[in-house]
Amino acid sequence: MKILLQNLTKTFPARGGRRAGKKAETVTAVNDFTFEIPDGTLIGLLGPSGCGKSTTLNLICGLQKPTSGRVFFGEDDVTDLPPEMRGVGLVFQNYALYPHLTVRQNIVFPLENLKGKDRLSRAEMNEKADAIAKLVQLDGLMDRKPAELSGGQQQRVAIARALVKMPRVLLLDEPLSNLDARLRLQTREEIKRIQKETGITTVFVTHDQEEAMSISDRIVVMKEGIVQQIGKPQEVYDDPVNLFVAKFLGTPPINVFRGEIREGKLMLGGAAVLPVGEISDRPVTVGIRPEGFVLDSDGPLACTLDRVEVMGRDVSVVSTHPDSEALVVRAIISAEDAAFVPVGDVRFALKPGKVFLFDAESGARIPFGAR
Amino acid sequence: METNSRKAWLYLLPAILFLGVFMVYPLIDVLIYSFEEGYNSASQTFVGVGGYNFAYVLRDPYFLQALKNTFILVVITVPVSTGLALLISVGLSSIKKLRDLYQTVYFLPYVTNTLAVGLVFMILFKQTPYSDGLVNLVLGWFNAGPVDFIDGPYWAKMFVLCFYTVWVVLPFKILILTSALASVNRDYYSAAQVDGTSKWRIFRRITLPMISPMLFYLIITGFIGAFKAYSDAVALFGTNLNAAEMNTIVGYIYDMLYGDSGGYPSYASAAAIILFAIVLTITCINLLVSRKKVHH
Repeated sequence: MKILLQNLTKTFPARGGRRAGKKAETVTAVNDFTFEIPDGTLIGLLGPSGCGKSTTLNLICGLQKPTSGRVFFGEDDVTDLPPEMRGVGLVFQNYALYPHLTVRQNIVFPLENLKGKDRLSRAEMNEKADAIAKLVQLDGLMDRKPAELSGGQQQRVAIARALVKMPRVLLLDEPLSNLDARLRLQTREEIKRIQKETGITTVFVTHDQEEAMSISDRIVVMKEGIVQQIGKPQEVYDDPVNLFVAKFLGTPPINVFRGEIREGKLMLGGAAVLPVGEISDRPVTVGIRPEGFVLDSDGPLACTLDRVEVMGRDVSVVSTHPDSEALVVRAIISAEDAAFVPVGDVRFALKPGKVFLFDAESGARIPFGAR
Repeated sequence: METNSRKAWLYLLPAILFLGVFMVYPLIDVLIYSFEEGYNSASQTFVGVGGYNFAYVLRDPYFLQALKNTFILVVITVPVSTGLALLISVGLSSIKKLRDLYQTVYFLPYVTNTLAVGLVFMILFKQTPYSDGLVNLVLGWFNAGPVDFIDGPYWAKMFVLCFYTVWVVLPFKILILTSALASVNRDYYSAAQVDGTSKWRIFRRITLPMISPMLFYLIITGFIGAFKAYSDAVALFGTNLNAAEMNTIVGYIYDMLYGDSGGYPSYASAAAIILFAIVLTITCINLLVSRKKVHH
């Protein structure tokens, strides 16, 4: 089921409510959000807390009504439909499993609500519950209470409950935030697998960029209710539209410098580090991905080595630079090159594709070279 | 470990001492009195030992009347007050406007003195040579009555007593239940709503199980409270409850203790032990049921 969000806006009354004589202040949680989610894809809504991603999810689900704008499922305008008429499955951050019911009773719960011609016999319900339990690998746990399950198992019950009535759209609110690091890796692959097997259009919300990048077909990066960028994870990573997106994606995070364009060259710390072509002279903010540094004893960018962090597969060279916005500059080089890291001053050459220029004021991307 | 447990006992000592002196010792004493025939508290003498006190009390028409009254009171007021409180608290938690006002209004009887409320009820229900009372006035509009609720037929008096008891115990129950309802995670309701669950089914399958521990707490304490009813009857019908046929078990015990010619502590003790046995049995049954029905 294709989902279309059209100029979706949601405002809330500000905290503290209205004061006497003053017009009620409002907070815009989602601002003019237009986006089409193709059928059968997995979409990650990504952003820091308070950016409106959960509100967007609630608007799609129907638990909240938009202030303006429309929501379409396929050709149907569902904006005015209550959640139960939309055919959505929702997985809550805390799973919201009914603690007094067994796993089976939890999964069957949505089916028991069906009335009229959709009404199922007990045998049909159990059959469906068993099938979905098999899909999320819960067989054998059906008679347990949620409290007797691990976090990952509870998560799977929540997904099973959301899927059992075959929703047109599956929505997941921070599905992995309550799991420990190992389980998180496992579960996100689980979610991807389940989504692929069922082919249900899935939207999930997360503040963890790694989570979003790893399993999403598309990611939507949001900030303060405004969509910053939409695209395939790799495209957004390689081609961020502004400083916020560049900073938000990637671990370790991008290195940010205060630089300057002079005579078609990017100047960092008084040295010309990269030719950038036809850009007028101006101050710029420079973002360099950690993997954009190449160890080069004749390289133009001179930093003072602080320490080398070994991570096994590769090595983090942590150094300082006077124009860096953060305390340290982090460069990632392959483990084989670690032996060549000099003591004291370390010099780098830069990969042009990993260097981004941003307007010093607005943070908007300034394209250079081929891009 | 050894010093730790000694320390723990030391900390518990004040409470144990007080409980022992003022609760456990009197309880044992009462049990002993109940088997001592003709015990006199002034001379500390008794004439014999045996089950006569119980036999007397169980044959005493006043006690049987009190037993009947108490059971009727319990059977009517506990379900009615708990049900009403549930209804009102669900109502309260589903409105936004005027909620605080209603909450305060419903809580008023709790902070009002029992006897003062009793007086108000007298005005509402009592017939005097000058007026039939407000309730009879209303009954008159429907061409019913007048009924003398205070000195009239048994059912009318019992109705007033039950009405009064429900009214007095309601606020506390509403307070407990509204906070229990408020503590249910909203996500359960959102989840149920997304799945298209009807309001009634949400209430029955989610809300009720979620607040069941509080509900059972109220039922158990409600039973115990109703079995111990006394002051409510006094507030409405005065101190001569036997004459009004409105005595309760506790009232009977009280009358036996302070009755004419120094009272009959042995009979009072026997009645108290019977009451204790009844309350214990009912509470045990309650706990057994709750183990099956209550979700913790």
